[in-house]
Amino acid sequence: MPPTRPSIALIVLLLAALALPAFAAWMDEPFYLRLGARILVFALAAVSLDLILGFGGMVSFGHAAFVGIGGYAVGILFAHQADGSTLFGWPGTTNGFIVWPLAMLAGALAALPIGAISLRTTGVPFIMITLAFAQMLFYLMTGLKTYGGDDGVALWSRSTFPGGPDIADHTIFYYTALGLLIAALLLCWRVVNSRFGRVLRGAKDNERRMRALGYPVTRYKLAAFVIAGALAGLGGALLANATMFVGPQYLHWSRSGDLIVMVVLGGIGTLIGPVLGAAALLLLEEFVPEAMNLVHAGLGEHWKIVLGPILLGLVLFARKGLWGVVAGSRAP
Amino acid sequence: MTAPPLLETRALVKRFGGLNATDRLSLSVAKGELHALIGPNGAGKTTLIGQLSGELMPDEGRILFDGRDVTALPVHKRSQRGLARSFQITSVFPSFSALDNVALAVQAHAGHSFRFWRDAARDRALSDPARAVLERVGLGPRADTLASALAHGEKRQLELAMALATGPKLLLLDEPMAGMGPEESARMVELLGELKGGVTILLVEHDMDAVFALADRITVLVRGAALATGEPAAIRASAAVRKAYLGDELEAV
Repeated sequence: MPPTRPSIALIVLLLAALALPAFAAWMDEPFYLRLGARILVFALAAVSLDLILGFGGMVSFGHAAFVGIGGYAVGILFAHQADGSTLFGWPGTTNGFIVWPLAMLAGALAALPIGAISLRTTGVPFIMITLAFAQMLFYLMTGLKTYGGDDGVALWSRSTFPGGPDIADHTIFYYTALGLLIAALLLCWRVVNSRFGRVLRGAKDNERRMRALGYPVTRYKLAAFVIAGALAGLGGALLANATMFVGPQYLHWSRSGDLIVMVVLGGIGTLIGPVLGAAALLLLEEFVPEAMNLVHAGLGEHWKIVLGPILLGLVLFARKGLWGVVAGSRAP
Repeated sequence: MTAPPLLETRALVKRFGGLNATDRLSLSVAKGELHALIGPNGAGKTTLIGQLSGELMPDEGRILFDGRDVTALPVHKRSQRGLARSFQITSVFPSFSALDNVALAVQAHAGHSFRFWRDAARDRALSDPARAVLERVGLGPRADTLASALAHGEKRQLELAMALATGPKLLLLDEPMAGMGPEESARMVELLGELKGGVTILLVEHDMDAVFALADRITVLVRGAALATGEPAAIRASAAVRKAYLGDELEAV
């Protein structure tokens, strides 16, 4: 089989991601490595959003809540470990083998009731209800003084993996995030092409018809919502480790908006697109203000004036976003 | 002693404000028959289909299907019991191929779909029966075409194929000839003629030629109530039906 444009694009992307730590070392810019890890973490969250947004047609405007909850799972257990206190009789821990799965579980358990209520609606009401739930959780964490309230929880150390990789090392953390992102992509790829995925895509196309065919549609959409919540929770655990911090701002609606922008920018319903979207948004956020400040000091504050037209252009002229541009508009 | 009807409504009432869109309607469709439902615009055909399929809840009365009361059952459960419908306005999955549209219908009746890993496109338990149904409605050569790229008449055939693929006991067909040209209509009449007898059909249709060519029995719906039910010849001869509805359309038959 001759190599197709999408498969070449994928291989180039993978090689670039694998080579980044070496590149950062060669440039003597450890900052690139941290930025790369940040991109991978947000990419994981964006991919989980694409699963429900791109394939299930569920425009969740509160996806950052699940990321934040995953982050707080890490932060809260760290805080209890740090001061030796207990949570419901359990000691805190930094063991990643325990904490990271718990972050996924927390994301899933939060997504279950939120999804069950939100999915009674579709369209704009669905957007507003998911937004409302996320803001409720944002204010809850802001008010929760035990875990820092507004100030959040600062982590002194990353999660530990006894007998496993030591992610305190930036390079090892980077490759751990990369491995998990690839695993999440493969999982989502299987899911969207399975029987379950077909039901999800059918419901996006025509929900009424799906019911008439005999599908209890809401049940399947809810399952997808919960899977996305779990993956976002894992993203949150990674984010907490990447920044060594968790705070309410992780749950803020503007973060949910960023995730939607990443998905749209990269290509809705392409899974790999949101990875590009996350990279593009974070790189723009990093370098455009800097460049603008060179032109005129203080101008960088208004960098979104550059982001806006780019986003608009992609939405208008490239239906499949950046991935469509890279891999050809007929790419899956 | 005749067999109990496959589908029965008992004194069904649906009100919209002061209007009785369905007015104490009692209707029965016998197993194996092709029963046509006709009536002028505003007679309540669409409202009735909504209630039979489960999208609308009646205000009074009962709906019995296959010997059980289904009045309170949601849409998907009625479909699971064997009540399949087609839509008046073409309602296929535009981003799926014709084959995958039908495969999705097959899958709906092949156990639950909480199967997350295996590639459904390579699942012959879905694609083989789907292909067979496509052949049956004459869409075999168009299997790999995107549904959105099909001609109008082909979409109507696909609509029927999807209903058939669920292996229904009763087909509820809402104006299958809507918007079709004469040739496409003739093909659809031929197709329905082939299906007749094998599966029970309740046909709502404006095309009088088709109705009188196909129906075993006809019910005339006027202002939400059954004005008459009978064999085509009796309906044609009924003075009341002529007066209420058929008028010059019947002269042309």
